[in-house]
Amino acid sequence: MSLTVAQLAVLATLLSSLVALVLAKQPRLMVRLSFLLLGASGVAAVWSGVTALLSNQIDEVVLPIGLPWLHVILHLDALSGFFLAVVGLITIAASFYGPTYIRRHVEDGLHPVATLTFFTGLFVSGMYLVLLSADAFSFMIAWELMSVASYFLVAYQHDRAENRSAAFVYLLMAVVGGAFILLGYGVLAGFGDGFSFAAMADAKLNSTWATIAFLLAFVGFGLKAGVVPLHVWLPQAHPVAPSHISAMMSGVMLKVAVYGFIRFVYDLLGGIQWQWGVLVLLVGAFSALMGVLYALMQHDLKRLLAYHSVENLGIIYIGLGLSMIFAATGHPAIAAVALVAALYHCLNHALFKSLLFFGAGAVLEQSRQHDMDQMGGLIKKMPVTAACFLVGCVSICALPPFNGFVSEWLTFQAALQATALHGGILGAVIPITAAMLALTGALAIACFVKVYGVVFLGLPRSKQIEEAREVPFGMQVSQVVLAVLCLGFGLMSTWTATALNVIPQKFLGEGMAGIESSTWLWLAPISEKTASYGAPAVLIGLLLSWTVAYLLLHPLRRSNRTRISIPWDCGFGPLSPRMQYTTSSFAMPIRRVFSFAWHVSERVKPAQPDRGPHYSLQVNDWIWLKCYLPVATIIHKTAERTARIQGGNLRVYLCYSFFTLLFLLWVVV
Amino acid sequence: MTGWILALVQTLFVVLFAPFLVGWVKWVKCKLQNRQGPAPWQPYRDLLRLSRKQVVLANTASPIFRAAPYVVFGVTVLAASVLPTISTQLPTSSLADVIVLVGFFALARFFLALAGMDVGTAFGGMGSSREVTISSLAEPAMLMTFFTLSMYVSSTNLSSAVAFLSAAHFTLAPSLIFSFMALILVAVAETGRIPIDNPATHLELTMIHEAMILEYSGRHLLLIEWASMLKLTLYSILIVNLIVPWGVSLTLDPHDMAFAALTVLGKVMVLGLLLAIAETVQAKMRLFRAPQYLGVAFILALLGMMSHIILEVQ
Repeated sequence: MSLTVAQLAVLATLLSSLVALVLAKQPRLMVRLSFLLLGASGVAAVWSGVTALLSNQIDEVVLPIGLPWLHVILHLDALSGFFLAVVGLITIAASFYGPTYIRRHVEDGLHPVATLTFFTGLFVSGMYLVLLSADAFSFMIAWELMSVASYFLVAYQHDRAENRSAAFVYLLMAVVGGAFILLGYGVLAGFGDGFSFAAMADAKLNSTWATIAFLLAFVGFGLKAGVVPLHVWLPQAHPVAPSHISAMMSGVMLKVAVYGFIRFVYDLLGGIQWQWGVLVLLVGAFSALMGVLYALMQHDLKRLLAYHSVENLGIIYIGLGLSMIFAATGHPAIAAVALVAALYHCLNHALFKSLLFFGAGAVLEQSRQHDMDQMGGLIKKMPVTAACFLVGCVSICALPPFNGFVSEWLTFQAALQATALHGGILGAVIPITAAMLALTGALAIACFVKVYGVVFLGLPRSKQIEEAREVPFGMQVSQVVLAVLCLGFGLMSTWTATALNVIPQKFLGEGMAGIESSTWLWLAPISEKTASYGAPAVLIGLLLSWTVAYLLLHPLRRSNRTRISIPWDCGFGPLSPRMQYTTSSFAMPIRRVFSFAWHVSERVKPAQPDRGPHYSLQVNDWIWLKCYLPVATIIHKTAERTARIQGGNLRVYLCYSFFTLLFLLWVVV
Repeated sequence: MTGWILALVQTLFVVLFAPFLVGWVKWVKCKLQNRQGPAPWQPYRDLLRLSRKQVVLANTASPIFRAAPYVVFGVTVLAASVLPTISTQLPTSSLADVIVLVGFFALARFFLALAGMDVGTAFGGMGSSREVTISSLAEPAMLMTFFTLSMYVSSTNLSSAVAFLSAAHFTLAPSLIFSFMALILVAVAETGRIPIDNPATHLELTMIHEAMILEYSGRHLLLIEWASMLKLTLYSILIVNLIVPWGVSLTLDPHDMAFAALTVLGKVMVLGLLLAIAETVQAKMRLFRAPQYLGVAFILALLGMMSHIILEVQ
């Protein structure tokens, strides 16, 4: 039943693409209809996903499509159900947000809207199909559909050279990643009996081949998930796509990669080795830290958010790595806590990152600029967006009682069980990564104080910002809904963790030990004695103390009216927006402390008679400069050298053919 | 039900005691520096005075600026309620473990730093920027200390930790020694005391916390000042109850709890004395020396964790 509904969801997305083609001449109607279908598909996906997760049953269907001996197999179990629900949820939110957001494109007609909606439909259907497919062939087709459709979405505003190059890098990385995944499935299919997931799961691999398959999958899915050092496409591609697409790419497409990784490693490969876990854990910790450090240096709002996706995917990988280590060393109950933490963080990141991208989109739509240093004081112009963005910031900073905190807390709890490993290198690596996670969390707070303080607080720094107004209703609704969900999933931690617990039960054979003793008020993942966190009680406590403080001070407020006055300017004349701290100055102390992490070029030109002093700061990614650019240069140079053989002279070409023939004859003889 | 009421009483006790601790530290410092200082209860008078003062708001201030004092105060009071100050049997301690406690402080700091950015003056931004820099270095060291502790007592619940430590025989575990040294260094940084920040100065080159709250007045300032006093008290209680858990009641018996309240008072005042001495004998650091100081704290926390894993886990 739930699988049928999920298929309907796929059908609705394909229909929404079709609508875009058929009604391309009437953009208004087309946009409305197409996003309506997209929203309907989201509802269907959420319904079927939640049903599959809660009922914990496996649905399977063989569709008579494809080669005669190779039909398309679709399935829906708890794991795909969970991710399907996440994708569906963000699709619903985007379908509220999208029509209003792209209205500008509809009106100015510079970029054909039909392209956008057509590929949006394909992109979402690709994601659904990746989650539903139960054989390697349909998985790869869906995966490539998702990649290619999102390439066109990134390249949508292709009149800017920067967007074209971002899209090209993205496509390149997606193709390479796809090849790695294909090879990974190839190893499994070689040992198993066929391409269906059921056959692959039965494959008996020796440990060398299992490690090779694992590494292929790790690189392949890691390229899409954007873990350091495979992240370079992410901060380029996400800022240039339209904001609702950035939200979906960052919020859910990266999660689809995580799904693929979990499916490959836990379900198909099995027999997890602890060395794999260490690799995943270290890469995760490194991604988390580097992601947030790079984010701190950004002044383009969407690029900053994109780097935070690297950070959050790192946190998810830390959870996965912990769970793999504990599972491999025979502690399934602790592994379950870590896996639930990773899955919970997938949901949370999808919610707050989409919320933040929606907020960023609203700001960009009003201000028409990406640079945060031109913004300021938007909380007064856009109160709803500002309030929702604040919720997103608090959630992503993992502050109680919002959702981000729960998953990070669970990750910490799993990491603190490292003593179960009885010392050794492993026992030392895990707490150090936990410390790196702690540093990441603290730096994330610094980063979002910067973002919120510079964008929404203070005085407006440019003229466009002064003219900004609140965005239309449709864009507000999706932000408010996501903000409420951020709080909701922070409070319903026990419920969510219990629902997610069936996934480790299936793959690891055991769930979280403490979940039975938890009530709606307390979440205790390991045991009640060890650790507990009561989000609803925390909220009640907070409200209680606020109320008491307010009531105690209220009588004073009556008798003593607040006076509004101009702020003290040290006697030098009125405040100017240029006196405020900017993103660069705010992050300067941190830049100085962690100066090894970036390639910083800072230049000060002294004042000339005709102009004032000039300061320029450029912060670059070491990995891009040291790992990718050299490779790109080598490829470019080799290509240039080989291009010489293509001189355009017919006689030379005939000569090539002649010598090739001679060579082949020699080989044959 | 009794438990909840006692938890409320404990919270009130800590909240009301907090200004006295600050006054006490100031008084001792004055005596050590041969000055005629104000009485230890002067902070109560200051708070009362602030409550009567009119609030002057900048016309550029947003609702965040008005809400932040309430958020900061409320969160800090909640933190006071989950700490095992007097008894380890209070039901509030299972609401939040030590990681949540760090989260509470982070939440308060987040809003305070936002409020600093709100009015649009240079000082606020400067204070916020410095505060988040210092705390982003201090927080990992603090969490690492707590990680070592919670691995030692196999629980992140503070009540369990205090109960475990007071029931155990007194042992000088190397991990705990390193961790407590780190915790003290971090606590000094987080509560904005010398050598990281000087609560008594308004010199623009050096101030951190005071720069952030420069625009506040009246009851808003009262809430923020009280919250920062409370923060100092909470860190002090945390330190004394973890290092010297002796005296903390393991039951809900009223006699035990009254005795526990008195011992905690005594312990915290001794710690306040030590703080005053430490603040008298050393000078404030330059801002960019602070990372080195916190680096030492981080290394100590790391040493504590390593020595626990290498030496103490069988």
